[in-house]
Amino acid sequence: MKIINLILLAIKALQRNKLRALLTMLGIIIGVASVITMMSIGEGSKQSINNSLSSMGSNMITIMPQSNEPGGARIMGSSFKTLTIKDVEALQKNAPHIAMISPLASSSGQSINAAANWPTTIQGVSPEYLEIRKLSVQDGIIFSEQDVKSSAKVCLLGKTVVDNLFPNGESPLGKVIRFGKIPLQVIGVLTAKGTSNFGQDQDDIIIAPYTTIQKRVLSSIYFNQIYASATKEDDSDEAVDEATVALKATHKIREGEENDFQIRTQAELMTMLNSTSSMMTALLTAVASISLVIGGIGIMNIMYVSVTERTREIGLRMSIGARGIDILLQFLIEAVMISVTGGVIGVVLGISAAIIIPSMLNWPTVISESSIVISFLVCAVTGIFFGYYPALKASGLDPIEALRYE
Amino acid sequence: MSNKILEIKEVKREFIMGTETVRALKGISFDVNAGEFVTIMGSSGSGKTTLLNMLGCLDKPTEGTYMLDNVNVKELSKDELAKLRNTKIGFVFQAYNLLPRTTALENVELPLLYNPLISSQERRERAIAALQAVKLDGRFDHTPNQLSGGQQQRVAIARALVNEPVMILADEATGNLDTRTSYEIMALMQDLNANGKTIVFVTHEPDIAGFSTRTVMLRDGKVQKDTENTNRRSAKEALASLPETDDY
Ligand SMILES: Nc1ncnc2c1ncn2[C@@H]1O[C@H](COP(=O)(O)OP(=O)(O)O)[C@@H](O)[C@H]1O
Ligand SMILES: [Mg+2]
Repeated sequence: MKIINLILLAIKALQRNKLRALLTMLGIIIGVASVITMMSIGEGSKQSINNSLSSMGSNMITIMPQSNEPGGARIMGSSFKTLTIKDVEALQKNAPHIAMISPLASSSGQSINAAANWPTTIQGVSPEYLEIRKLSVQDGIIFSEQDVKSSAKVCLLGKTVVDNLFPNGESPLGKVIRFGKIPLQVIGVLTAKGTSNFGQDQDDIIIAPYTTIQKRVLSSIYFNQIYASATKEDDSDEAVDEATVALKATHKIREGEENDFQIRTQAELMTMLNSTSSMMTALLTAVASISLVIGGIGIMNIMYVSVTERTREIGLRMSIGARGIDILLQFLIEAVMISVTGGVIGVVLGISAAIIIPSMLNWPTVISESSIVISFLVCAVTGIFFGYYPALKASGLDPIEALRYE
Repeated sequence: MSNKILEIKEVKREFIMGTETVRALKGISFDVNAGEFVTIMGSSGSGKTTLLNMLGCLDKPTEGTYMLDNVNVKELSKDELAKLRNTKIGFVFQAYNLLPRTTALENVELPLLYNPLISSQERRERAIAALQAVKLDGRFDHTPNQLSGGQQQRVAIARALVNEPVMILADEATGNLDTRTSYEIMALMQDLNANGKTIVFVTHEPDIAGFSTRTVMLRDGKVQKDTENTNRRSAKEALASLPETDDY
């Protein structure tokens, strides 16, 4: 029989049992809709992570201290004291692909202005830090290299700190606040950045020259981190290589020894976060696809019922000249029709969900065409796979016995 | 010689039921020439249906040869048999076997759907012609449950005709019908036969056998008698002589 006639036949057979067809499709509908929704949520969060990371500067490089004790836990973090101003100088001298560099010495504590006080973090950095981190000053000025040299008692405030220390709305510029016991003159206010993707208030900071923090607050010669930026995004790898060589030299790390520092590019960070979110997406998608399988089993079940119900019809068709393949295709196309129709409804529901979710739950979603194509193909394959055995059973019937079937 | 449509020689058919073997046909031989109207008679269980299924290529003999149009059926594949059934044979069943909830026209079109050489327009035209041949104009859109038994059987006959087969096989085609309707069907069969169709008609009613040209009597899986019908009756005349009051 011609394919077009088989398709018409399948449509007719499904129309005859509309409710049954719809119920059979339900598993597929739910499966496809949830796969598409999950994948759009995953893609959405991936894109928003990428956006926020590149807003932090896509050629940024971070250097962190790390334990290199043999057998010790490989914990990365600022609690290890290995980075000093010597490293910064070595990088400035020996890493031509590093354009800007800033150490970071940070401390948490109470900031105080008259009666108002606010727990926050102070970051001791060089003036280049603002550019590396894509921060800008809204009011006032940035401190100078001279301020760094003289460990000047100046600072820049993030918006959250301003709001809490100056609740009446007066301008903080020129005012002297205290961080712990150290008085600092406010010379600038940072442009607000809002909450980061990881739920962190990026405006809850005070920025000051690193020398000021090291000498007056921490009484330490070590840094928590060093921030740098490559001359271009494409130069990141060269910059990392140069920095590794330079730091190995200043830290006197011999060939074969573990480094006591770790260098990360923004690109690496991006890949790392992306792989985490991809894993979550894959997991959720796997769970959703289970319902596709259940839907497929539903189709198989109903197709077996249908073959049994129509045994006489099959016998009649065979007796007037239907070949085994005609009967096989008749039932196979019917099964595929159920799964593909379910798939279409599922795609529509999934897309609708992906459109509604951002406004209801505030999760970003991005509908990827590939998820639609994939779930559609999966549907067709599900129909073929689960429809095949009932169809094979139908095509293998003996015409005489099928005609006699009561 | 060359106008032999069917040639069966020493055909046996055995069914194995667990440990028992049912010997439904125990060596049957006869030929049918083109244009004959043969009835196969015999009591219930004598093997009529088994024989007819074999003639219709729905079943193969356990032993013996069956030549259909000079082709040995035993050597054909399943698909070739299906093609043979589609193009050379028209089946009419006792239980009509129409597709439910499907119009008369669509039921008649069905065999043509399995013939890829026929366009949809030709299919429709031939189905209409076949329904007109069995005098069912104006019933094209009726589904089987909207038709009487006789009308349903006429749809089934139209379906058997539509592929222009060389031979029509009918298994107790009048078994479910009253006398008048049976005669109407037989009149139709005689018309078809007059137009050159070979017919093999299974029945257990001697009355019906009288309309054919030849009767093969089966008994217990064997041919008991094979006789030409000398005084063949006309179904149309038989129909006319039925008392008017019988027309319920
Ligand atoms: N599929 C089958 N399996 C087992 N026995 C069968 C089968 N078909 C027919 N028979 C047996 O073969 C014999 C002939 O049956 P059948 O050809 O149907 O007789 P009829 O049509 O003359 O009444 C019967 O004894 C019947 O029980
Ligand atoms: Mg019988």
